[in-house]
Order: sequence, then structure tokens, then C-alpha cells
Amino acid sequence: MAAVLAARAVEKRYGRVTALAGVDLEVGPGQLVGLLGPNGAGKSTLVKIACGLVRPSSGRVEVLGAPAGSAGARRSLGYLAELFRFPGWMTADEVLTLHQRLAASAGGGAERIELLELVGLPDARHTRVASMSKGMQQRLGLAQALVGSPPLLLLDEPTSALDPAGRRVVRGLLEELRRRGTSVLLNSHLLSEVELVCDHVVIVDHGRVVAAGTPAELRRQGGVEVETGGGVRQFPDAGRADVPRIVRELVDAGEDVYAVRLVTSSLEDVYLEVVDE
Amino acid sequence: MTTIVLYGLRESLRRKMFAVVLVLTAAFLGLYAWGTHAAFRDTRSFLGPAQQRLDPDAVAGATVFGLAMFAILFLGAVLSVFLTLNVVRGDAEAGLLQPLVVRPIGRAQLLLARFAGAAGVAAIYVLAVYWLALGITYWAGGWSPDRLVSPGLELAGAVVVVAALAVAGSVFLAPIANGIGALMVFGAGLMAGLLGEIGHAIDSQKLQHIARIAWWVFPFDALYEDALHRLTIDTTGFAAFVLTLGPFGGSHHAGGPLLLWAAAYLGIVGLVALSAFAARDL
Repeated sequence: MAAVLAARAVEKRYGRVTALAGVDLEVGPGQLVGLLGPNGAGKSTLVKIACGLVRPSSGRVEVLGAPAGSAGARRSLGYLAELFRFPGWMTADEVLTLHQRLAASAGGGAERIELLELVGLPDARHTRVASMSKGMQQRLGLAQALVGSPPLLLLDEPTSALDPAGRRVVRGLLEELRRRGTSVLLNSHLLSEVELVCDHVVIVDHGRVVAAGTPAELRRQGGVEVETGGGVRQFPDAGRADVPRIVRELVDAGEDVYAVRLVTSSLEDVYLEVVDE
Repeated sequence: MTTIVLYGLRESLRRKMFAVVLVLTAAFLGLYAWGTHAAFRDTRSFLGPAQQRLDPDAVAGATVFGLAMFAILFLGAVLSVFLTLNVVRGDAEAGLLQPLVVRPIGRAQLLLARFAGAAGVAAIYVLAVYWLALGITYWAGGWSPDRLVSPGLELAGAVVVVAALAVAGSVFLAPIANGIGALMVFGAGLMAGLLGEIGHAIDSQKLQHIARIAWWVFPFDALYEDALHRLTIDTTGFAAFVLTLGPFGGSHHAGGPLLLWAAAYLGIVGLVALSAFAARDL
């Protein structure tokens, strides 16, 4: 099936500084892709190129087959910037109305109410942006990105200003979007969040993709731990297939075996391993 | 596009600066009414046998209204600069621009709509204050200019040119730098007009030539001086000569080509701004 977002050999240079050095990335239909990497790795630049805010120095980015930045591409996406603001004098309802008009959404008041409920702001319809907390503004930003039900969502650090309850709301929202078949590129520093909700993870460092795969693929086998009467015994090179043999050998040697654990590295371990910080 | 024009209009009218301009305008019009009334009264009492060929009401009316024209141009220019100085870089740095630019409307329409909103507010403001000042002048001395509509339109046109320069500047410069730059360009235009005025008074061809070149570089000044010219376009004799010597650049006939150039200048400034904005990373 054709990719909703496809980046091919994307490079971006700012003078002598290379922000992206040939990145390939795909987001399939209904796929939730997490973009990870340290500060300055080029993640936000990639997201900005995808939504047409920044032009690549070379390479190609397409949204549903349309070049990134074209009117066709812009019609197909919703975007939440890492740093954004809405005019303080506008109410949440006015912000969404403005974006409905710009996105030619016919959703009307019902869509606005639904979006505010979806992001956990059901009572903020007539609240002015100026009197909202940062977290509320970020939720409103999410609602704004969802106006018109775009097939692709580009979310740049959508939970940076949210408290744990707000993060849970966003996780629920992302799962709901997956159910609806919306494709999402999620740029986040929160590894646990990405690990929990994303189908596919791309780790970027120094403008290059240094690891990619499903969270399960990225997590590596870290050996076997066996709890015996004599303490915890570790077999770092062993895998699942080795467990019966290890247990048999320990029992034959007179050890009492109480528990066996397969050790897998977390996404954080993988991240720290591949990222040069 | 209408959505962004309305958004720009609402944003312009909501700024505290707009309220400050309204208060200053009310103060200006109050003082203007007081001063104009005194000017008409005093010039009538001055008139002696040597000034019999002068129409004192025309001299007083055209002089004070010429001063009002300068004040309106100044307030309108300040308003248009402050409404547009942050349209691109300022709004991008504040994070206000990105959510709008990624929408299907596109950058060109967005920029044109923001310009239309701000220039519209500034032009309507200029026309409103122009007509109020005109009414005050007529009330105080019974004088009205030889042309009523065209000077106001030219004054509004001058402010629109200033707004276009500030919008174009906002693509390249941060808000403070752009505001300073736009007001300096505006000041340079006025200074060139003043030089031309001095050149006219001392009959210096060189200074008048510099002023004529400045008209092409800063067509808002040409529009302003042509607007002044139209105030007394049918006035003849010594009064007409006196009235060409304005305080901040006198009245001069700009001519059709220069007025056409002012329109073309708007287009060129617009094209430069649009192409630079299209290529800009946000």
C-alpha cells in the first residue's frame, strides 16, 4: 500500500551546518511512527519539511503522492508545531473556526465540540487563549491539528507542556486516531510514550537514521536470568531456546530453580546505544 | 483569503496600539479644531492694504489643512508600520504563523491577505481623519479645498505604500528592526520633500533634482505632495504661490507617470515580498 508520507534521501543544509544528511522515512496508512533523537538531530527539521515550512536542500518528500508544501499535500495533513501560539484574544471556538475555514472543513460546531472533547477540553469552548495554561493551549493545538480529519498528522513534541494526566489523554487520542486509520508521525523525547503507542520507531542522530523498526524489533535479547537457591545466575548470551537446557543443567547440578526471566533491552537502552551523545 | 483578511482586521483593531492611535487622533483633532479656529480669526484681523490681493481664508485654510495632511500622513504611516512590522518574521518567531502557513491557503494568499487587512485599516483610518479634519476646517473658517476626494485618496495611497514596504520588510527583518527601518524610509521620503522645498525657495536646481529623484524612490512622498497640490489646484495669483511653500515638502504636481509608478511600485514591492516569503524557511 502506498505510503501516506514518504521521505527519500532528504538533505537539509543551513550554510555549513547539515541538519539532515539523507533521511529515508515512510509512514504507512494508519501507521503511528515515532521519531526519536537527541536535540539537534534533525527531527523537527524533517517534520517541518514534511509540512512545507522548510524546503529540503535535496531529496524528495511526498504526502499522499503530492510534493510536500504543495496545496495538495497541505490539504492532507494536520500539524502541531513544537513552538506555536494562537492569538490570546481568540477563544478556543474561534481558533477552531478559523482553522475550519482555512482547511475548508464542513464540520461546523459539531466538529469543534467533538475535537475539544477529544483533547479533554470540553468546557473550554468560550475560554480565551490568553487565559489558558500552557497545557490547555497544547491540547487546543492538538484539536486544531485534527480539524477536517486529515489523513496524516505531524505532531512535533505534542506532550512537552502536558502533565501526566494530559499525556494519558494524548495517548488515548493517538490510540483513537489509530482506530480511525489516521497516520501519525510523532516527534517526541518521551521514549516510554513512543514505546507505548507507536507501531514503528525511527531514531535519528546527526541528521541520519541510525535505527528503525517496530519497538519489538528494536528491543534486543539481553540474555537469561535464573533465580536459584544460590542467588540470581545470569546467562548474557542465552536466548529463549536455551532456557530448557539451562534449567536442566542447573537442576542436574543440584540447584533449586525458582524463576527464569528472559532479559530484553528497553527502547531506552537501544536509544542510548545508537545515539552518540 | 477573506478569512485571513478578517483575521488580520480583527487582530489590527484589537491591538492596544490602535486604541492609543485613536486617543492621539482625538487629541489631534481637538487641538486642530482649536488652532484652526484661531488661525482663521487671526488672519482675518491681520489683513491690511498690502495684503488685499490675498484671500486670507484660502491662505489660512490651505496652510492649516496642509499641516493637518502631514499629521494625518504621519499618524497613518505609524499605524500602518505598527500593524505590519511583524507579519512574517515576528509572527514566525512567536509561533503564530506556522499553524496558518501549513493550511491549504498558501503563503502568497496569506501575505496578500495580511497586507490587505492592515493596509485597509490604515487607509480607512486616514480617510476618516481626513474627512473629519476637512469638516473641522470648514466649520472653523468656511474654507474647503479645491478638490475634496482625490487628496484624501492620495494620502490613503501613500499610507498603503508605506504598509507595503513594512510588510516586505517583515519578510527579511525582525519586528523592531523592521519598524525602525520602515519609519526611517518614511522619514527619508519626507526629508527629500523638505530638501525639494528648500530648493524651490532658494531656486536651487540641484536640490529640486534630488527631490524629484526621491519621488521615484519613495512614491509615498510624491502622493503626499500631489495631494497637497490638489488642495489649491484652482487657486491663482499670489495666494497660489504662498501655498506652494508647505512646511514639510510643498505642494507639487506629481503627474500621471509618477502616479502610475506609485501603483507599479506597490506591485514590485509585493512581488519581492512574495518571492522572498515563498523561499523562506519558517
